[in-house]
Amino acid sequence: MIPTELKTKLQSRVSAAITNREAAVDVMKALQAHYGWLTDEAVVEAAELLGLSPLQVEELATFYEMIYRRPVGRSVIHVCDSISCWAMGGESLLSHLSGLLGIKPGETTTDGTFTLLPCCCLGNCGEAPAVMIGDTICGRVTVENAAGLIERERNR
Amino acid sequence: MEQILFRHNKPERCVTFAEYKSEGGFAALKKALAGMSPDEVQQAVMDSGIRGRGGAGFPTGKKWSFVPRNLTGPRWLICNCDEMEPGTYKDRILLEANPYSLIEGMVLACYAIGVRHSFIFIRRGYEQAATNLRRAIAEATAEGLLGENILGSGFSCDIDVHVSAGRYICGEETALMNALEGKRANPRAKPPFPAIKGLWGGPTVVNNVESLANVPYIIAQGAQWFKETAATPEAAGMKLFCVSGHVANPACFELPLGMSLGEIIDGPCGGMRPGSSFKACLPGGASTPYFTADHWGVPMDFDPVAKAGSRLGTGGIVVFDQQTCMVAATLNLVRFYARESCGWCTPCREGLPFVVHTLEQIESGNGSEEHIAILKEHVKYLNYAFCALAPGAMGPVDGLLKHFEDEILEHIKTGNCPCRN
Ligand SMILES: Cc1cc2nc3c(=O)[nH]c(=O)nc-3n(C[C@H](O)[C@H](O)[C@H](O)COP(=O)(O)O)c2cc1C
Ligand code: SF4
Ligand code: FES
Repeated sequence: MIPTELKTKLQSRVSAAITNREAAVDVMKALQAHYGWLTDEAVVEAAELLGLSPLQVEELATFYEMIYRRPVGRSVIHVCDSISCWAMGGESLLSHLSGLLGIKPGETTTDGTFTLLPCCCLGNCGEAPAVMIGDTICGRVTVENAAGLIERERNR
Repeated sequence: MEQILFRHNKPERCVTFAEYKSEGGFAALKKALAGMSPDEVQQAVMDSGIRGRGGAGFPTGKKWSFVPRNLTGPRWLICNCDEMEPGTYKDRILLEANPYSLIEGMVLACYAIGVRHSFIFIRRGYEQAATNLRRAIAEATAEGLLGENILGSGFSCDIDVHVSAGRYICGEETALMNALEGKRANPRAKPPFPAIKGLWGGPTVVNNVESLANVPYIIAQGAQWFKETAATPEAAGMKLFCVSGHVANPACFELPLGMSLGEIIDGPCGGMRPGSSFKACLPGGASTPYFTADHWGVPMDFDPVAKAGSRLGTGGIVVFDQQTCMVAATLNLVRFYARESCGWCTPCREGLPFVVHTLEQIESGNGSEEHIAILKEHVKYLNYAFCALAPGAMGPVDGLLKHFEDEILEHIKTGNCPCRN
């Protein structure tokens, strides 16, 4: 169940939209921020708010890279695996991060803090290799400075 | 060198509303609303020769002219800031430095086309750009430069910011309209083209950030002036080139269209990084066939790049040095497209994973000459896919076959990567 305050906020977002479903991505993101990921319960709640069927919400949710239909850690570490980052050592950075966190790409640390996910171009190609930790995009990430970035996020 | 979009840039921070205004910002909007008809604004954009900066290079003024006049019912303008094509980051750099040119350009475009309500579609990850835009929209609205009865002219328009949740295909203009409507973002069939039947069935113009942000300067300083900022008489205007890869200074530069590839790399990019020599580049983002050292003198403008067998695309130049395996680079690129395929049509959904598999065989030393034939066939047949994603995916494969067949053959003959040692 979502708090009444959040529900009211989302109801007014939906009624300000040109059509209900125009607000779908905003509603899914808000529910994801509340639950940590888009739970089955959240899919049903989003459907109610938007006047859609849960199946219609599901077909949107599964389309987007950054809507998570499975549990993720408190912070998701997205590591760009597209061409500029690949050219600048992105593959070894991903395996280094994987070693630092003790998890494979796609997994979450046992304490629930981090999920490690490869992702497509973050639009920071000039500072490759690039990583997005939570909402923050970092550039020129190296084997030397990666551990520091992770610690900073852990203590945030 | 003269700058257009970057002229207001301040070191390490975003320009402020007050600075933008005092440096001539919003003068174009005032000029247009005080003394130009919508047709005159459209004609100026047409005369400037500006071509779309989002990848396809379609003339912007001409695109606007396809919107039927005197239709009742709403029509729409969408600014495309999805920018998920690997190697492309110019729109982010622009909006982090200055969101105001885009806002002013959008109001001018809305005026020219007769749009009341417009959208900026921004990718996930560009939260800073979205924040800058929301602030700029609030500031402009408070000063009567946006919203109801702009500058007392009787013309009204709004801009909405929509932040997406990450998917490359959302940048394709018809998929984008589905995404904005809150539908699964598969592309739509064309025709009908968006200018006739687009967002919610109304006439719609989709333009890239950079295309729209140039409009105020065309209106303020004139079409002819804009055209002549280019490096060659055939080209029109300046372009944001965002460079990445093995150069000494990978960054986003605003340069005259028509400057040669070599001048760009040896000039602002500072040449190759120490220890690297130039082998190849993607001249315009992830979907463009490679250029090699043979293309050093090609003017970086739409037609000359096309004549040389590639595309200017987004202006994202990704540079590779002598140690880069071009088979592996191509594999990385096609993997991206296979993953981002929206799955709607069979050639792309089934064909791209097959191309990935074929490149994997070659790269891992298990290739045969038959694989080259398979790749050639796919370059040809993926043109029949439903949208431009699949043909784009085959751009680098086409370049690989054209310029690096020796390198493919060496993988096949020796069962090894020639670049690894
Ligand atoms: C798969 C795909 C992705 C695209 N992504 C973008 C994008 O992120 N930004 C953009 O401006 N155009 C993108 N385009 C091109 C748009 O469809 C459209 O041509 C462009 O936004 C028109 O703007 P312009 O005329 O100002 O260039 C993409 C096209 C395809 C096929
Ligand atoms: S070509 Fe690919 S991305 Fe385009 S419609 Fe077909 S499956 Fe979707
Ligand atoms: S390729 Fe990694 S940020 Fe663009």
